[in-house]
Amino acid sequence: MAGAGGGNDIQWCFSQVKGAVDDDVAEADIISTVEFNYSGELLATGDKGGRVVIFQQEQENKIQSHSRGEYNVYSTFQSHEPEFDYLKSLEIEEKINKIRWLPQKNAAQFLLSTNDKTIKLWKISERDKRPEGYNLKEEDGRYRDPTTVTTLRVPVFRPMDLMVEASPRRIFANAHTYHINSISINSDYETYLSADDLRINLWHLEITDRSFNIVDIKPANMEELTEVITAAEFHPNSCNTFVYSSSKGTIRLCDMRAAALCDRHSKLFEEPEDPSNRSFFSEIISSISDVKFSHSGRYMMTRDYLSVKIWDLNMENRPVETYQVHEYLRSKLCSLYENDCIFDKFECCWNGSDSVVMTGSYNNFFRMFDRNTKRDITLEASRENNKPRTVLKPRKVCASGKRKKDEISVDSLDFNKKILHTAWHPKENIIAVATTNNLYIFQDKVN
Amino acid sequence: MKCQKKKYRRRGDRRSTMSAEVPEAASAEEQKEMEDKVTSPEKAEEAKLKARYPHLGQKPGGSDFLRKRLQKGQKYFDSGDYNMAKAKMKNKQLPAAAPDKTEVTGDYIPTPQDLPQRKPSLVASKLAG
Repeated sequence: MAGAGGGNDIQWCFSQVKGAVDDDVAEADIISTVEFNYSGELLATGDKGGRVVIFQQEQENKIQSHSRGEYNVYSTFQSHEPEFDYLKSLEIEEKINKIRWLPQKNAAQFLLSTNDKTIKLWKISERDKRPEGYNLKEEDGRYRDPTTVTTLRVPVFRPMDLMVEASPRRIFANAHTYHINSISINSDYETYLSADDLRINLWHLEITDRSFNIVDIKPANMEELTEVITAAEFHPNSCNTFVYSSSKGTIRLCDMRAAALCDRHSKLFEEPEDPSNRSFFSEIISSISDVKFSHSGRYMMTRDYLSVKIWDLNMENRPVETYQVHEYLRSKLCSLYENDCIFDKFECCWNGSDSVVMTGSYNNFFRMFDRNTKRDITLEASRENNKPRTVLKPRKVCASGKRKKDEISVDSLDFNKKILHTAWHPKENIIAVATTNNLYIFQDKVN
Repeated sequence: MKCQKKKYRRRGDRRSTMSAEVPEAASAEEQKEMEDKVTSPEKAEEAKLKARYPHLGQKPGGSDFLRKRLQKGQKYFDSGDYNMAKAKMKNKQLPAAAPDKTEVTGDYIPTPQDLPQRKPSLVASKLAG
């Protein structure tokens, strides 16, 4: 397990890569979200074309324990389709912004997927038996002439090839004027929240025609707009608590027991800024692109453009840990502003034991920070290292001055190759890393 | 922009009274900028940006960005305009949009053909291949 103590660092190995090899990436194939389910057995991806692909981990081969099971395609379906709001002259993209799994309650699996405007609850169920031996129907479905029936038989279920079906069970629509950036399922497993730029709504999973507004930061006069909501999440254990982050780098924790409308926060997490360091870019790079609670519920992690910060929920005035993701970009902010990269929204994730955190960067690099050893590592998602069980070589970016062998200079980084979405298996050291249109799966070396 | 310059000048004035070693050749403002470049790569980048885009808004990260973000997805097609123009033209060619499809407003009349087709993907994801 990761961070089990001092001693061995994890050695990450390539396991699998999914997706097309060609460089010409169709827009629809751009991966927009990656999420493991509660057990880690299923891995879902969403793309810009509105499609969801679910991979399932093979049962472990007990004899050959070289590696943990591989992930193979389990189900794929079109979750959302492009729409046009004629009233507002607004195009609604089918891009899947987020997928969140529900904990498994019965044989079927459920997940929530959302685009900018509509959230859908999908049921994914298996069918591995079919009834045979009807009295009034032929095997191909044609009806028999009842007069030809001379004897009766009892139809029986016979095994068939596994078929996985996805069906939309609930459609939660028309509750968001602005673009949905987050969905989060409550620990009560009955309700969930959806957040757009200015509002957060609370839903019941069974009820689609009603939604409660719990946060509204829209100013009476839009000219006074200074910040937007960038992400929101329910606390993993306390069903009354949720947080939302803003474009100004603050996080507000709200308690739904305090009031029906949680406009007044219970806690405000903000790191004081040195005013002499303020520049044109300060606010843009402080905008939080992702917020994630630790599994324990004691900490939360935020990602802004250049760093990852860990906050203790008991301390509002500063983070307890700050990790620099790619500080060398600070001297490139002008170009990054011009090519819009400064607005890229990177996500971040915890490992199962909350000891290591991971986030993506450019040039298909991704970074991991071990909170206990304080060591960090940069790895690359590339088809060049695609031999299974080959340990990935750590990468290093040379900020300035003499470039050592094997280092990459900042100016050679490919800013079109960004890793925005990563996910960590809830129990094992298995990670899913999404490049623009490929999904990489890495595992730690199993001896 | 004017306000920003004043800010710099004020800081510069303070510095010139504090330091006795200010060279007479460099103005206080220039000296502050030079110091900033050394101490803050961010400020150096800001100076670069201001040099390239002198008319850049005073409120960075403020209303302009946010409003642009909130307006994402706006497409303008007025069926009334389009049909009126079609009626006027009669036998002539249908009004066409400007070659630049990103800003389809104002004098140019967008046509249904010019608005990008938004059909659902009929092709399965390549991740499932």
